[in-house]
Amino acid sequence: MSKPRVGFYWCASCGGCEEAVVDLAEAVLDVVAAVDIVFWPVALDFKRSDVEAMRDGEMAVCFVNGAIRTSEQVEMAELMRRKSQFLIAFGSCAHSGGIPGMANFFSKESILQEVYHGVPSIANTDTVRPRPETKVTEGQLTLPSFADHVRTLDQTVPVDYYLPGCPPPVKLIVGAVKAILEGTLPPKGTVLAPNIALCDECPRKESKPDELLIREFKRPHQIQIDPQKCLLDQGLLCMGPATRSGCDAACINGNMPCTGCLGPTDGIRDYGAKALSSIASVLNSDDEKEIDTLLKAIVDPGGTFYRYSLPASLLHGTILHEERGGK
Amino acid sequence: MSDMYDSGTNGRFEPRIVAFFCNWCTYTAADLAGTSRMMYEHNARVVRLMCSGRLDPQFVLHAFREGADAVLIGGCHPGDCHYQSGNYKALRRFRLLQRLLEQMGIEKERLRLEWISASEGDKVRQVMNEMTEQVRQFGPLRLRPMPNAPHSEPVADLELAVAAVEQGMS
Repeated sequence: MSKPRVGFYWCASCGGCEEAVVDLAEAVLDVVAAVDIVFWPVALDFKRSDVEAMRDGEMAVCFVNGAIRTSEQVEMAELMRRKSQFLIAFGSCAHSGGIPGMANFFSKESILQEVYHGVPSIANTDTVRPRPETKVTEGQLTLPSFADHVRTLDQTVPVDYYLPGCPPPVKLIVGAVKAILEGTLPPKGTVLAPNIALCDECPRKESKPDELLIREFKRPHQIQIDPQKCLLDQGLLCMGPATRSGCDAACINGNMPCTGCLGPTDGIRDYGAKALSSIASVLNSDDEKEIDTLLKAIVDPGGTFYRYSLPASLLHGTILHEERGGK
Repeated sequence: MSDMYDSGTNGRFEPRIVAFFCNWCTYTAADLAGTSRMMYEHNARVVRLMCSGRLDPQFVLHAFREGADAVLIGGCHPGDCHYQSGNYKALRRFRLLQRLLEQMGIEKERLRLEWISASEGDKVRQVMNEMTEQVRQFGPLRLRPMPNAPHSEPVADLELAVAAVEQGMS
């Protein structure tokens, strides 16, 4: 019997997810022994035409990381979907939008304006911008088009499973590969990580007081962080209560608060709203003016609570007033 | 129902407001306004919660996504919460949520919190009227369109469907 065929692809991402595959270390040898990797642009010399030549569903599974913004990414997502039996959204960007998803805080126009004209280091006197089609004497040049919004993978093509994290923890990747090979995958649509909050597996769980009451929010650079004590109790914005576990509390062990990359547990529709809810409720003040003063320490609520999930959120992005001609 | 969508007939925008009222104070006040035959703007749909502290910020965002132009939260006055501190929790979430909404380009007045006790039926009338008028000035809330998940059926546009039926009847 031939080995199952596996593909990897990246869309709007940083390469960290590819790094996570390499982080499998010796375990990657077991994976390579068990499967045939037939497409992986970052590491192996296969081309898009090789995938196009495959039968539909020829790949057993394809791991796609990165958010979706360009027309090329849409085409590739559709191609990978067609050629694979299981499509897995790999990492925060494919799962919920991730860091590139924060572009939905801005309009497409303001992004292009900033990148091609605004930044101080740019000299673009001809005000040139990339265009999908450009005529030069040698012929026509084409570029992928740039969509109005960032989307998640499952807002682009149907997705079978999710491997969350920025990047997904090695333990979860190994578990997923094992489940695929042994045919023990859970029902479609499942996030392949434990369905409990990070606080539950936090090594500092014992130091969390019975009732968390915070008088002052602080940022990591403002204090000497106690390496034993609950980070929320120290006034740091730790997203542990709202975030799915599965990372073995990697950031906490590095003495940094959780930023929420694994996303919410099952049944939560909007991660940011839930994280906001848990942070606001531990504030120890009943006075409206004082509450406002204390909340000022959270300088960027949007970026804090939707760091990895703006495209997947209920609002999907900011309202674009200028694009509808004023309010 | 149809008079809620009469923006086409008299040219006036009728905002849709979702109101979350706590069982012990504001909902009872709305009941009182009703039994007292008070007349006020009919733009709000009231959802009864046991406590304003039950209000998950997801409810607010979900209401906006499903077509609400504004959301009103009604709870017991400070010190009067049936469950001691639910209204204070609601207040903290509300203040942070308002800041988030502003960042998302949504006028913060589209989310309003009012303390209305069981005997303040007239305050319900007044707040409903004020808020309806204010949101009418803002105009409809136009969120970024949600990309359709490819595996879910596209949701039929209720307003268009209602308008088509009404046109057929006239």
